[in-house]
Amino acid sequence: MLILTCPNCGETKDESELHAHGEAHITRAGPEATDEEMETYLFERVNPKGVHFERWHCSYGCGKWFHAARCTNTLEVFGTYSAQTTEPPKEIIDILDKKRPGWSWRKFGGTAQ
Amino acid sequence: MKRYSAFAIAREAFRYHTGWERAWRSPEPKKKYDAIIVGAGGHGLATAYYLGKNHGIKNVAILEKGWLGGGNTGRNTTIIRSNYLQDPSAAIYEKARSLYEDLSQDLNYNVMFSPRGVIMLAQTEHEVRGYKRTAHANALQGVATEYIDARRVKELCPIMHIEGPRYPVLGGLWQPRGGTARHDAVAWGYARACSDMGMDIIQKCEVTGVRRENGKVVGVDTTKGAIDCDRLGIVVAGHSGVVADMAGFRLPIESVPLQALVSEPIKPCMDVVVMANTVHGYMSQSDKGEMVIGGGTDGHNAYTQRGSFHHIEETVRALIETFPMISRLKMLRQWGGIVDVTGDRSPILSKTPVEGVFINCGWGTGGFKAIPGSGWGFAELMATGHSPLTAEFGLDRFREGRFIDESVAAGVAH
Ligand SMILES: Cc1cc2nc3c(=O)[nH]c(=O)nc-3n(C[C@H](O)[C@H](O)[C@H](O)COP(=O)(O)OP(=O)(O)OC[C@H]3O[C@@H](n4cnc5c(N)ncnc54)[C@H](O)[C@@H]3O)c2cc1C
Ligand SMILES: [Zn+2]
Repeated sequence: MLILTCPNCGETKDESELHAHGEAHITRAGPEATDEEMETYLFERVNPKGVHFERWHCSYGCGKWFHAARCTNTLEVFGTYSAQTTEPPKEIIDILDKKRPGWSWRKFGGTAQ
Repeated sequence: MKRYSAFAIAREAFRYHTGWERAWRSPEPKKKYDAIIVGAGGHGLATAYYLGKNHGIKNVAILEKGWLGGGNTGRNTTIIRSNYLQDPSAAIYEKARSLYEDLSQDLNYNVMFSPRGVIMLAQTEHEVRGYKRTAHANALQGVATEYIDARRVKELCPIMHIEGPRYPVLGGLWQPRGGTARHDAVAWGYARACSDMGMDIIQKCEVTGVRRENGKVVGVDTTKGAIDCDRLGIVVAGHSGVVADMAGFRLPIESVPLQALVSEPIKPCMDVVVMANTVHGYMSQSDKGEMVIGGGTDGHNAYTQRGSFHHIEETVRALIETFPMISRLKMLRQWGGIVDVTGDRSPILSKTPVEGVFINCGWGTGGFKAIPGSGWGFAELMATGHSPLTAEFGLDRFREGRFIDESVAAGVAH
């Protein structure tokens, strides 16, 4: 069972008290966007086997949103952080560089494309 | 290949069963094939089979990182039905269902297709309306289904408690020629037939890279070395995103675990398949007598073939209201598979941005039932560049907004 700590209320909860909402740091496409940009925003996902940044909702807790960095293959949680950011904070990047050298994920991280 | 028959059993009985052959060969890879299929699940094997049978393309290798049928094909709850809402879905699922009817004869391998009938329970007013609509759509599509009332549901499945306090059974969508088949046998039967046509099934051979020249595929890198090919079919279910990444494109897919469990074997008590979508559970009885139960998917992306425990608990808890007798059963085994879910809950059978690379994925929680039809259509697409069965399932539909929305129609794993 996944156990995550909500950075808003500080409570450590198991996944049945939280709700996962998929990939984080997606750039919202506006009315002027091309079809490709709209498709990328709405549907296309990294879906990695490895490091993943994702949105969570503290649904049976404080009711606020947060982000988590997690491995989809081992379920190791690297850390959770505020949802009020467009990219993972330095502490999380440092942990990943140490634990998963060469990791990549969209535009962040070592060998990022 | 020696054919299986009643006579063969008698013949072998007289010589102490010493004459049975291996069902398929396990060769080393050749340097080059006309077509390579990545993934020896049901969809990959069926694709190879119909490439050979319908299109005469037999210089084919099927590469599998584990053992054949060890992915979702060997992990699913084997429900077969074709009562979908949208026309393109009904066409491909009904093609598959009708091929299942005589697949055992076609493959000379008993896939134990059992058209025992499938009921999808309506337990809310919303579902009643939804299933009536589907029954009308099915009538127009030529798929035999019927909306039945609660009394008829109880007649078909007497162990059901239809007056539940939370989710009373109001009626159901009944497909009399839906049912189940033996999942392993489907993979093994296709594998044996492919091998017999001279195709190479290479197990423990993981594809690690897709080699391209000038935007066209020229081969793959594998744990058994590089292998060349003219055409490549990627049919790897939960790992579609990983292999597409090797070929340099992304997919509108997320991979999540889906679980199932079986009880201890008991005497026959239920001779239909029942799906209860509101409570996210479905159940049938296997030929061994085990109650086979499937549930919902995990909420978060993962590649661990086990899934979260609380989903099992939720599924069983919810099913107990409708099937009180299962509260006394011991559950024997639980497992998970990684399913590839698309935004509109419909599969992708498509050309890709790389010339010569085709992808068949996105079957998500419900692709076992589709194996023969998917293989039929995808083989036609790979051989000729077009198939009426797959035309609507292209990758470009997401950009163009031509969704084949089955999320409302199904609403649950199956
Ligand atoms: C618990 C559960 C219950 C289900 N219940 C039903 C049901 O009742 N009815 C229904 O219709 N469907 C059901 N499904 C869905 C169904 O199982 C799948 O849609 C279907 O089996 C997919 O078949 P496939 O051949 O595409 O994939 P798989 O059988 O998963 O085959 C893909 C293969 O690709 C291989 N592979 C992956 N990456 C590589 C690589 N890099 N190199 C080489 N090989 C690779 C894998 O090892 C695997 O063997 C269920 C699924 C699960 C998990
Ligand atoms: Zn909180």
